Amino acid sequence: MLFADRLERRFGAARALRGVSLSVHAGECHLILGPNGAGKSTLLRLLAGLARPTAGSVTRPGGRRSIGLLSHQSQLYGDLTAVENLTFTARLYGVSDPGGQARARLAAVGLAERADEPVRGLSRGMVQRVAIARALLHGPNVLLLDEPFTGLDPQSSELTLGLLAAEQAAGQALVLVTHDAQEAWELATHAHLLVRGSWAFGGPREASLDGFLRRCREALHG
Amino acid sequence: MGEFFRVALAVAAKDLRVEHRSKTALVSAIAFAALVLVIFNFARDAAAVSREALAPSVLWITFSFSGVIALNRSFALERENAALDGLLLAPVSRSALFLGKYLANLAFVFTVEAVALPLFVLFFGVDLTGSLGGIVLTAVLATTGFVAVGTVFAAMTVRTRFAELMLPLLVLPFLLPPVIGAVQVTARLLAGRPLSEIAGWLRILGFYDLVFVTLCLLLFPPLMDE
Repeated sequence: MLFADRLERRFGAARALRGVSLSVHAGECHLILGPNGAGKSTLLRLLAGLARPTAGSVTRPGGRRSIGLLSHQSQLYGDLTAVENLTFTARLYGVSDPGGQARARLAAVGLAERADEPVRGLSRGMVQRVAIARALLHGPNVLLLDEPFTGLDPQSSELTLGLLAAEQAAGQALVLVTHDAQEAWELATHAHLLVRGSWAFGGPREASLDGFLRRCREALHG
Repeated sequence: MGEFFRVALAVAAKDLRVEHRSKTALVSAIAFAALVLVIFNFARDAAAVSREALAPSVLWITFSFSGVIALNRSFALERENAALDGLLLAPVSRSALFLGKYLANLAFVFTVEAVALPLFVLFFGVDLTGSLGGIVLTAVLATTGFVAVGTVFAAMTVRTRFAELMLPLLVLPFLLPPVIGAVQVTARLLAGRPLSEIAGWLRILGFYDLVFVTLCLLLFPPLMDE
């Protein structure tokens, strides 16, 4: 579904990514952890096609249409209503019945009654749900998520987790970048640690979160 | 081709809807235009400079500077919440995105000009009888070119730290040819000179539009790729 081969990304003399490879298949959830500045967001931008790698390549068999991106910024227009934002996205992606699909997606994330309110007036949790609806609107095969739980209250986090679990169960692949493994451990099929632009370790998720965190601490602090 | 224009119209409609809701840029551009006209009107020494001599320059200074204010908001609204990422992620032609932004900017700048022109007549007491059609045509020709250039520069500067400062610095040199042409045409129209005297300037404005709109359509996609 999504393949990255020896990705490198430089910003001047600084190397943000150093030979990172990743294979993502249907129904998998790849949890990518790392400290600040490890290159997590850069990796997601390369996977999404929003930036070009200095070396290496990204293969998206379904093209740009197969990718959905939920970054820590909502990508929504604050002065437009939730349904107007989604209708616009639907038009960009050539989705049939843009208005109807937009309302259906908002209903699926529990926001049918707030669909006609400007995004600027919604709470952080609601904005995040609109952003998820937006990212899923065109039916992508792979959803890239950058810190999707940041700033959410426990109830909103749980709702977001439920929405992502449902998408994964339907066969969608998730690549989830976070600095808190606990939030999304239940979803993860694979877990990776990115340190200074390269994998410290990674692979199928181990049974215990504690064991994984212990390995992370050892990799980070020796 | 239908897909191309469908996307462009969707982007333009979205931009106009956002501006219709917020009205921030429109109000500030019109207020700026009114302020410039008031200042020039009261700062002019009537004994030294006649209204007729000053009016064409004032009109085009007003149009071009308030146009730059209008262009600044074009991509500023994409910066909020990183909406630009959402646009660039969509599997659509970058040129269609440019056309959409360009059409919205044209509508926006034309609106500012449509409000500023009556204010200009009011403050400068200029009689536009017989020259209104020519001035509107000149405004359309000059605006078409400089808005295309401004749209590209607005896209280039949106990710810089000082976008509001960078845009005028970059775009104003490119505004010189159409503004000089428009001032020359306006001066002759207000003086009631024959069409033969302005035809050459109008051709230059048309040529500028053709070259720069085409260049901008071609340059926008690679500029947006990184």
